[in-house]
Amino acid sequence: MSGLHMPEPDSNVIARRAGIIAALQDILPAANVISSEDSLRVYESDGLTAYKQLPMIVALPETTEQVAQILKYCHKHGIKVVPRGAGTGLSGGALPLADAITVGLSKFNRILDIDLDNRTVTAQPGVTNLAITHAVEHAGFYYAPDPSSQIACTIGGNVAENSGGVHCLKYGVTTNNLLGLELVTMDGEILRIGGKHLDCAGYDLLGLLTGSEGLLGVITEVTVRILKKPDTARAVLLGFESNEAAGDCVGRIIASGIIPGGMEMMDKPAIHAAEDFAKAGYPLDVEALLIVELDGPAVEVDELIERVKGVAKDTGAIYDRTSENETERLKFWAGRKSAFPAIGRLSPDYYCMDGTIPRKALPKILSRMRELSEHYGLGVANVFHAGDGNLHPLIMYDANKPGELEKAEDFGADILKMCVEVGGVLTGEHGVGVEKRDLMPEMFTEDDLKQQQRVKCAFDPGSLLNPGKVFPTLHRCAELGRLHIHRGEVRFPELPRF
Amino acid sequence: MPEVIFPESAEHVHEFVAWAAAEDKPLTVAGRGSKGSIGPRPTAQHVLDLSKLSGITAYEPEELILQAKAGTTIADIESALAAKEQMLAFEPPDLGPLFGNAPQRGTIGGTLACNHSGPRRFKAGAARDHFLGARAFSGRGEEFKTGGRVVKNVTGYDLCKVLAGSYGTLAVMTDVTVKVLPAAEKTRTVLVIGLDDEGGQRAMTRALTGAFEVSGATHLPAALAAKSKVSYVSEAGNSITALRIEGPEKSVAARCAALRKDLLSFGETEELHSANSRCLWQEIRDVQFFVGETRPVWRISIAPQSGHSVGTVIGALDDAECFYDWGGGLIWAMTSPDDDCGASAIRNSITRLGGGHATLMRLPQDMPSAIPVFHPLDPAIAALNQRIKWAFDPKGILNPGLFPSGA
Repeated sequence: MSGLHMPEPDSNVIARRAGIIAALQDILPAANVISSEDSLRVYESDGLTAYKQLPMIVALPETTEQVAQILKYCHKHGIKVVPRGAGTGLSGGALPLADAITVGLSKFNRILDIDLDNRTVTAQPGVTNLAITHAVEHAGFYYAPDPSSQIACTIGGNVAENSGGVHCLKYGVTTNNLLGLELVTMDGEILRIGGKHLDCAGYDLLGLLTGSEGLLGVITEVTVRILKKPDTARAVLLGFESNEAAGDCVGRIIASGIIPGGMEMMDKPAIHAAEDFAKAGYPLDVEALLIVELDGPAVEVDELIERVKGVAKDTGAIYDRTSENETERLKFWAGRKSAFPAIGRLSPDYYCMDGTIPRKALPKILSRMRELSEHYGLGVANVFHAGDGNLHPLIMYDANKPGELEKAEDFGADILKMCVEVGGVLTGEHGVGVEKRDLMPEMFTEDDLKQQQRVKCAFDPGSLLNPGKVFPTLHRCAELGRLHIHRGEVRFPELPRF
Repeated sequence: MPEVIFPESAEHVHEFVAWAAAEDKPLTVAGRGSKGSIGPRPTAQHVLDLSKLSGITAYEPEELILQAKAGTTIADIESALAAKEQMLAFEPPDLGPLFGNAPQRGTIGGTLACNHSGPRRFKAGAARDHFLGARAFSGRGEEFKTGGRVVKNVTGYDLCKVLAGSYGTLAVMTDVTVKVLPAAEKTRTVLVIGLDDEGGQRAMTRALTGAFEVSGATHLPAALAAKSKVSYVSEAGNSITALRIEGPEKSVAARCAALRKDLLSFGETEELHSANSRCLWQEIRDVQFFVGETRPVWRISIAPQSGHSVGTVIGALDDAECFYDWGGGLIWAMTSPDDDCGASAIRNSITRLGGGHATLMRLPQDMPSAIPVFHPLDPAIAALNQRIKWAFDPKGILNPGLFPSGA
């Protein structure tokens, strides 16, 4: 592991490991308590494989009651817990701790209720994102958020990370599609929030829990809304001589009143890598490529495609090609969707970043990224959810070369700092986890972060759930709760009052 | 009489909240008072009136974001957006008149703090779904910001979500950023005439489970339809089930035709074009059918398929009526001020039907103090709400009495 500092493992807890295993075996079938080094190895990292740590123990509960019993036990005995879905996360949110139990939700894999009239699906958290769509597509429905890992990532993990996808500008991210949760808090209490109705009573706990990265509770059931599948979808490829022209085109499409179902941009290195890998038919003599997908009724899609092509022409597109059938549309996407493995073939390792920027800052960011690429001596390819300004620079490095991982991390950190400088944010959809934890002060003041941590304290005052993630400094809840007030201050003398 | 303070800057707000926190002085936090009648009558001796914190501070149509001071009126924001053919897609309602207050006074801060959304909510999301970032001052007297100025962001906890719908009980917002979207080019409405509540429910479900991209689904019983300013609706002499279709012109025409064909078996249909559609959906959004009366008004959120069952319970109460929005998922009901205003009947039916919530929006003249304005929460959830309240406002100085868990 490179420069990342995790909380010091509690040697007292580690010393009690055998007793903890026995206690877990009282709650779970013996096979669901994993303690041998070989078997624990499977859980040593999530999708951010640069960071690895063997968990102390892995527990695989099968019922909400078992989750509650595990958490109650851990709460009583001061044992840390790291929740885990499929482990596809890209920010190290499920990175184990040496003195923590990793609670895996993989056995929560059933769809519990399909309610087409209310347009909802209720599923256990270990059900994959794509399985929800599969469960309802016979009736013409689907679940809209579609992270690229949707074949493997779980709906519980999606809630924890507030996952997005290529269609989220039009259809929203997880938080916009979530209706209800069952949750077990660190003290073992089972809570039900929301349901099949819209908006919660009381404070919006659904909104708070979505994207909380496993620090507030363990999710045991999820209710999402499903949408009717659009009649038609067509995609158009647009090639440009500069990234600037492509970015301009995206802005003008949106300003003209069109919100495409998907709008992706790739820079030249990404286009070439993807084309080599997937043979998607991308033009190779352009600097930037847009894939714009329109979905809806056929009559609308046909009209909007023409309008998009008109805007593209006005902004200097030198290439356009519209999908004429479903096979061709999927081929257009195949290139974009294989961008990560395509880069993986060019470079022994790559590091995927995830900042969001105001789109107008794109040319500036890309040109500075090229300078940084030269400075660090590492290649970079860019794929970009262009509609919402979410960048995914892929930094290419070789972990076997001493110092390259550190260089890649520094390069990545520089990119994210740049995103914040131009008015953007550190992460658009991958989460903070451990990866961007220490960059949080770039975006937030000490007071901003303390206010977030006070909310954490409302759920988990002992900081036992997933500690070491999201927040760069661990404060004790008692310290955060203290009020620092200087009494006797004079009220603002200039305030107008009646 | 309470003392009213008019801060002119975020720094003023900071100073004042810090003073209140230090001196244990409860504060009523207000925008322009359009929704000030929600909840128990304020008792705080000081009112923090944010109306002078007004103005759009950034509007970038191509980035789909708008930033404004909290006291900016929705009317001002919507006119700036209209100039660029954009909108607040959550369709903020103008509820002032429902409470006997002037129209067009609602502010962006107040709308977000109440998480109020209009008929498009089930398709486009609620106010909270379009709330991207805020600068605020907690009841601790400390400044914090949350979220950002871009439409996609998962950096840190999404405190915008708890500020939305907190009724100003957690923090005083001074600056907010919202997501904006292109306005619909054309709007039409398919009307199905003469269905009873249950038939209306089925027609709405049919429309919403088809590929018509319906953006509004309302059922108005005959007595309420008669109050509409749209003659097609008021002169139908019957109940109206209204289904809104928005988008580019050709698409709207095609989807309306397909929807009418699909609903043939339900009965006679009509179609409203743009001006009439806008008028009808504004009446629905602003609950205009209940304006000018004093009877208590309930806002009930329930699973759409249970809407009609709650409606039946309301129909059995004396002197009560209701209509359905969100395809049955939102019920606006007006009940008799006698007894408990129907609270126990309505709330028991929600529990029996698997959950939801009912808020007593417009209070009777003589409010029986025993009726909780906000839906009572399960004890464990209420306790968690209380801890969240303390995390922001440990002394309980902000909008005492409006705490949504009713504590």
